[in-house]
Amino acid sequence: MASATLSAPVNKAANPRKGMPKWVWALPPVAVLALVFLYPLALVVQQSVQPDTGGTSLKPYADVFASSAFREALGTTVWLALGATVGCLVLGFALALVIAFVPFPGGKAVAKFIDVFLSFPSFLITLALLFVYGSVGMANGLWTDVTGAASGPFQFLTTPWGVLLAEITYFTPFVMRPLLAAFSQIETAQLEVASSLGAKPARIIRQVILPEALPALAAGGSLVLVMCLNEFGIVLFTGAKGVTTLPMLVYSKAILESDYPGACVVAVVNVLISVGLYGLYRVVSRRAGA
Amino acid sequence: MLVHSRKGKWATWVLFFALFLPLFALPLLVIVAASFATSWSSALPTGFTGGHYQAATSGASLQALTTSLVTAVSASLLALLIGTWAALAAAALKKSGRRVLDALFMLPVAVPSVVVGLAVLVAFSKPPMVLNGTRWIVILAHTILVTAFAYQSVSAAIVRLDPAYEQAAASLGARPSYVLWKVKLPLLLPSLNAAAGLCFALSMGELSATMMLYPPDWMPLPVQIYAITDRGSLFTGSALSVILMTTTLLVLLLVSRIRTKASYR
Repeated sequence: MASATLSAPVNKAANPRKGMPKWVWALPPVAVLALVFLYPLALVVQQSVQPDTGGTSLKPYADVFASSAFREALGTTVWLALGATVGCLVLGFALALVIAFVPFPGGKAVAKFIDVFLSFPSFLITLALLFVYGSVGMANGLWTDVTGAASGPFQFLTTPWGVLLAEITYFTPFVMRPLLAAFSQIETAQLEVASSLGAKPARIIRQVILPEALPALAAGGSLVLVMCLNEFGIVLFTGAKGVTTLPMLVYSKAILESDYPGACVVAVVNVLISVGLYGLYRVVSRRAGA
Repeated sequence: MLVHSRKGKWATWVLFFALFLPLFALPLLVIVAASFATSWSSALPTGFTGGHYQAATSGASLQALTTSLVTAVSASLLALLIGTWAALAAAALKKSGRRVLDALFMLPVAVPSVVVGLAVLVAFSKPPMVLNGTRWIVILAHTILVTAFAYQSVSAAIVRLDPAYEQAAASLGARPSYVLWKVKLPLLLPSLNAAAGLCFALSMGELSATMMLYPPDWMPLPVQIYAITDRGSLFTGSALSVILMTTTLLVLLLVSRIRTKASYR
């Protein structure tokens, strides 16, 4: 009896159960994903080559690429995303450096606050900036109170600079989190040794901390780059006619102008850029082990 | 430890807070302050009123809150089901198969949410599946967007799982289904909770895809905030934003409490 119960599982382990192979279990979720996500995405690509006049042609692409609105949006999207990424990296590195290596009481609370910050939607930042730098906001109010002028000097909110400020504010925590994780892996004894050998803080940062943080910086930076390219809420809430990014162009073409083939063309371009960069991010972050 | 002198330390801290407070703390404080203010035309808001909250918790705004809650809860549960299933199935596969599943389920993160909205709109506006104009299209789009995050956090937890438990259970003769229900899922429960909180928070704040496809009778909170601020009622918009943030935080707190209880098991 005892030997029978013992031998059965051993057989099972040595000889995996026949029957369904393991990949069958992966089919239901993949089928759902294909139906609700991959098939719609394929339809977008299909519609992008089918102009309203019927037939299949690349005319929608030619039309969109020729329009100045598209080229302007592409340029704005790319420079905003690059600018915001560089800003987030510099600011996030500096702030994370202080939290990790010049610790102060309440540093844990600041790190917690950053986690909470990440769970809020991005458009709240633009809404807040309206009260801080808007035409009747805090900064301009302070200016008119002090100088007695009729209006304040801060009028940048509806320009690309307002979007840039909001994006840097919102996305910097996304860089700080992997950086703080990377910094916690650095042996503090290394810093003490470098410092006792006479290295100044700037040199310690450059030669000890930076090499260790490089993978986390690369991973965080490419994630933020993709998220900035895809950002919609901040631009929508800014409400500036002068700032059009690719996601904004998709929205206005599809919903406001009902130009679906045009919207689909812009969407395909946006997807290609973002998915390409995201693939790069996955490769980088896998190398970094993040 | 990087800066040793007292003076240097203080200088660093002052610089830190001079950057940190205006950039990250001020925006949230400003929204809370504005939600109680009657007007804001100088350095500080003037007048104190609870009226914006009255406006924010009645009529269309209250409906937007319940809409968002129902959408976020259903999308999170659906995403958790699909994401966990996919993550468990992927963990059982060989390396190449797992890579394919990883890429497939992480794809919605890389695709801009606006495009996800457009794609769902294009696909479900025509037969055989007409969902356009119903609440289901919003819930569907949110589910697609948050499933990726559920998948990601559950697969990360599965990798950390000690295989000794399931091997022990299996060697004692437990069938795979029994191992899954009685061993694997209970061990994964803390991460499932965390994933649920993440999905809920993301869905509560989702604006991009929702703007593309919400029907007039199913308007989630972020869209309502946009509609109200676009009409110029910035203060009511702030009150709604505070309600949105508080609800999200409360649910996250609740979920983290469940997690601490579960981790005693």
